[in-house]
Amino acid sequence: MPHLDADVLVIGAGAAGMYAAIAAANAGADVLLVDKSIVGRGGATIMAQMTVAAALNQDGDDGWLKHHRDTLKAGRGLCNEELSEILCKEAPDRIRELDAWKVGWARREDGKINGVMAPGHSVPRCVYVDFLNTGPAVARTMRVKVSRTKGVRRVSGLSVREIVVHEGRAIGAVAVNVDDGQVVTIAAKAVVMAAGGLTKLFRRNSASANMGGDAYAIALRAGASLLDMEFPQFFPIGHLAPRLVGMDPIMWDPFRYKLGGRLLNGNMDEFLENYGFSDGGKYTATRDETAYAIVRENEAGRGSPAGGAYLSFTHVPEAELRRAFGPVIDLLAENGIDLTQNAVEVAPIAHYHMGGIRVDGEMATDVPGLYAAGEAVGGANGANRLSGNAIPEAFVFGERAGRFAAAMAAGRALVWEEAAAAPALALIGEIDARAEAGGTGPTATIGELWFEVQEMMWEKVGLMRDEASLTAALERLREIRTNDLATVPLSPGHAHNTTVEDWFDLRNAVEVAECIALAALNRRESRGAHQRLDYTATDPEFDRNQVLRLSGTEIVADWVPVVHTDTSLEEVA
Amino acid sequence: MSATAKLSVKRGTPEHTYDEEFDIPYSEGMSILDALMWIHAHADSTLAVRYSCINANACKECSVMVNGKVTYACTARLSREGDRVEPLPTKTLVRDLVTDTLPAKETLASVLAGSR
Repeated sequence: MPHLDADVLVIGAGAAGMYAAIAAANAGADVLLVDKSIVGRGGATIMAQMTVAAALNQDGDDGWLKHHRDTLKAGRGLCNEELSEILCKEAPDRIRELDAWKVGWARREDGKINGVMAPGHSVPRCVYVDFLNTGPAVARTMRVKVSRTKGVRRVSGLSVREIVVHEGRAIGAVAVNVDDGQVVTIAAKAVVMAAGGLTKLFRRNSASANMGGDAYAIALRAGASLLDMEFPQFFPIGHLAPRLVGMDPIMWDPFRYKLGGRLLNGNMDEFLENYGFSDGGKYTATRDETAYAIVRENEAGRGSPAGGAYLSFTHVPEAELRRAFGPVIDLLAENGIDLTQNAVEVAPIAHYHMGGIRVDGEMATDVPGLYAAGEAVGGANGANRLSGNAIPEAFVFGERAGRFAAAMAAGRALVWEEAAAAPALALIGEIDARAEAGGTGPTATIGELWFEVQEMMWEKVGLMRDEASLTAALERLREIRTNDLATVPLSPGHAHNTTVEDWFDLRNAVEVAECIALAALNRRESRGAHQRLDYTATDPEFDRNQVLRLSGTEIVADWVPVVHTDTSLEEVA
Repeated sequence: MSATAKLSVKRGTPEHTYDEEFDIPYSEGMSILDALMWIHAHADSTLAVRYSCINANACKECSVMVNGKVTYACTARLSREGDRVEPLPTKTLVRDLVTDTLPAKETLASVLAGSR
């Protein structure tokens, strides 16, 4: 069996993973950067369309403390302030570093980087690349940077099945090359988990195909703790109708940043104010507030025909639309959408995960040798992420994870213990044998199972939850884990075997889905992105973070106090 | 309302290829990728196609041939009259619609070949 050695293994190659690889290599480490998809193409980064929040303070009216204050306010009392502070403090450095790497941040007339207003921010500070091109520009710039960084080897199309732990320490991983089924073991002095994201677990999502929760499940099984798993974020105005292809469904976000737009119910009336939220065509209501109001309007029979709300730009002159979004207006025309004539329909969509792997300020998990970065990390964004904080989180936490992982690796000898990898290799062998023995003709059982999980998570563990729905979901998820996964038919062949890949993806997805449902059941209150129909108020009793760990095959929950820092109490000008 | 569209897919491995036709529940404006994802979820989970972002035309991984023309599955529309999808003709076939499109310097084979 082939084997690779590295000082630092980075799993996942979006912005966080690529930043970690660059930082670790610059610190002298020999880095192996792997991704299930293509390096720099999969994951969430490339889908980002616009905002990156950073207090660049170009006009003397901003500072990291102010950005931090906004982040804490959005986080509804649950931010790990050590992490959120690091995020806000270091974001400007990373934005300027990307600028030096020629990412092409949009400029103002005076040549400075343009910052725009976004919901929840007290000043305009969200930078972007035109038109709707932030993610692709960041991904391309970092891909080039990674390829020119000495000491980084890249493997695309490599799916990590398990992190290998020996004597309580992460010593590497077991992975499979998707295109030919080749199994490979990897020894590493430190491992960075940067394959975050789990929105694929929900039927309506803005995910990439590989965002099924791998990072959390693999880290959990390696012995790491997960934090705040009850807090997937629902982006309130994902595109719903008419059918739109060639664009990410969260595309209306940048439209609202630049042009405002009016959010209307099925009767063409503004409605956010009826719930005590302020919007007024200026896009100021936060994500959790807007999502909540749209769901409630639909329950009251005042939704749009497809089950969402209308978003209208008909009052915006065509010249202004074109100035703001140029080629995007043509792309919309190809989809039969003319914003000067008609409103589009929007609805909440699973978009991001606030929860994730528990780390300290050095991005170290509870497992020595294992680090996490980007969306895989939990805590910085509390119960509701401030818009624009995801990409800086990827940059800042990625850079730190790479740097601290390299420092850890520098003082250690490489260790490999075949016996520690044996259980993961045995499972791969078992599934392979099942697949090779399969061949009962075409079947969609595993596809249907995936579909069932997505439907169930959307209906029972989505925007509105209660004890009955969560309990029912937990019961079925456990049944899938123990029964369905053990019997679902797989098909033979080692070349890009989708049923085998689906099986391992689903195994992770179901474990993570169980974490979300369990954590949501335990938090008997409503707060931020977590809305309980049976506990509608926020309860100070739950000003705490929930931590999940694996005990045998059982997920166990515990509560810990929120990490506060002194600076969060300081007055901000 | 329950219209269907025929989608013919060239499938198989380098050793053996074959054509298979699927009846896709049709809705106005849907993409070829929508149809392929429907097949995977409801008709045949063994259908292999490479994609990452979903219908956003961001990852650029879903290059295939639709009706004889190289395009992205996520931006090509399914037509009610029926379409044909084939793997890229200029790349080595892996399986079904998946071809060898990974960057040459970042495959497992090339990294294994270069490792000490």
